[in-house]
Amino acid sequence: MLKVRLIPCLDVKDGRVVKGVQFVDLVDAGDPVEAAKAYDAAGADELCFLDITASHEARGILFDVVQRTAEACFMPLTVGGGVRSVDDIRKLLLAGADKVSINTAAVKNPDFVREAAEKFGNQCIVVAIDAKKVSGESEPSRWEIFTHGGRNATGIDAIAFARQVAELGAGELLVTSMDRDGTKGGYDLALVRAIADAVSVPVIASGGVGNLDHLVDGVEKGHASAVLAASIFHFGTHTIAEAKGYMADKGLKMRLDKTA
Amino acid sequence: MSVVIIDYGSGNLHSAAKAFERAAREAELDLSIAVSSDPDLVAKADRIVLPGVGAFADCRRGLDAVPGMVEVLQRRVHEDKRPFLGICVGMQLMATRGLEHTVSYGLDWIHGDVKAITPSDPGLKIPHMGWNTLTLAKPHPLLDGIPTGPDGLHAYFVHSYALTPAHPDDVVATADYGSPVTAIVGRDNLVGTQFHPEKSQALGLKLIANFLRWRP
Repeated sequence: MLKVRLIPCLDVKDGRVVKGVQFVDLVDAGDPVEAAKAYDAAGADELCFLDITASHEARGILFDVVQRTAEACFMPLTVGGGVRSVDDIRKLLLAGADKVSINTAAVKNPDFVREAAEKFGNQCIVVAIDAKKVSGESEPSRWEIFTHGGRNATGIDAIAFARQVAELGAGELLVTSMDRDGTKGGYDLALVRAIADAVSVPVIASGGVGNLDHLVDGVEKGHASAVLAASIFHFGTHTIAEAKGYMADKGLKMRLDKTA
Repeated sequence: MSVVIIDYGSGNLHSAAKAFERAAREAELDLSIAVSSDPDLVAKADRIVLPGVGAFADCRRGLDAVPGMVEVLQRRVHEDKRPFLGICVGMQLMATRGLEHTVSYGLDWIHGDVKAITPSDPGLKIPHMGWNTLTLAKPHPLLDGIPTGPDGLHAYFVHSYALTPAHPDDVVATADYGSPVTAIVGRDNLVGTQFHPEKSQALGLKLIANFLRWRP
């Protein structure tokens, strides 16, 4: 039986791990390759690197980080952040990424998703959907796509966009609530569920995990195939093993293999 | 002993090579591992690995685009019976035909077609993506020491199409995704895994080591 995936995410800037609270106030916390190895040994089901390096010149560091990680960790690695062209994707895949996540470029030009999927296969194209709730208290829920770390509204409906990119060839969607990211208040479960129920591809819930129940909720209430978290693991609040054990105790099907 | 991982433009093979190197080191096997698109090297190799990601037809075209490669594979694998491991689309290419987007032809070593996975439960997502256990259909040296079944080790899958062998005897293991999905095929010196051993942590390294020791 297919298991629920638990995915620790590392925000990487200039080759170093950081974790933003609401994508501001960055705290430096280590070497991404070392962190990746630790997560690999701890039984993480996949790894995710989100590159938030601003300058184009410093992007080269990321390829080195990805390559060294792929050489040491025999598990799937998704890399995103600043992916704008087919050439960006090719370089990341050649460095050793298994999947590449596209965000702003897909919002600006959804056809880029089709081009990328046709070129490299649906299985390695993840579309990262950053959404904020825009409906009022008494209105039916509506979420919009935001770019640039949640600063820029686009007016695009998140659910319609999710359907569109899934049809264009995204193999997986990474759904982040920009309202919840960094709050430790839990995923926006209504958002995750609305998207997971609307598309046939797997959805990863992201943004807002503060405790282990939030991970369980992402699957049970959000209908996500995989759950992503960063700071609860990165700052040692919980280990991967604790989280997976807890999720299994709550009745979720988890991979609990002993790691080498 | 020499192992060649065939490079025909389908994805990054660096991490696959590293996984083979680590498996060889841990199993204390002295061998050379090369990633190559040179048919002459494949012609001399003791063991051959055909990886592959993306669409079946693209991979077939990529293989055909390397002059002499398909002929060398047919000779070295089909006639000389060298141990061969196909991975993911590399495994699917062992089939008669792929029916992804268009009809294209495989190497026809394992009779059968590669067709879209159609889970009876509409709640099951496509691609079949993530970690699944294996259900053994018949014993195989590649699974020596690897626990299978619901409490066994997990393998990492990511695919929307699957090979259904015409001869059920060619199925070594399946994964349960609503219904059984072919996970490993094998006959004589041929073996193929739908999952990615190079991404499958403990199970993957063990399976690779078993392949490197395998004497079919």
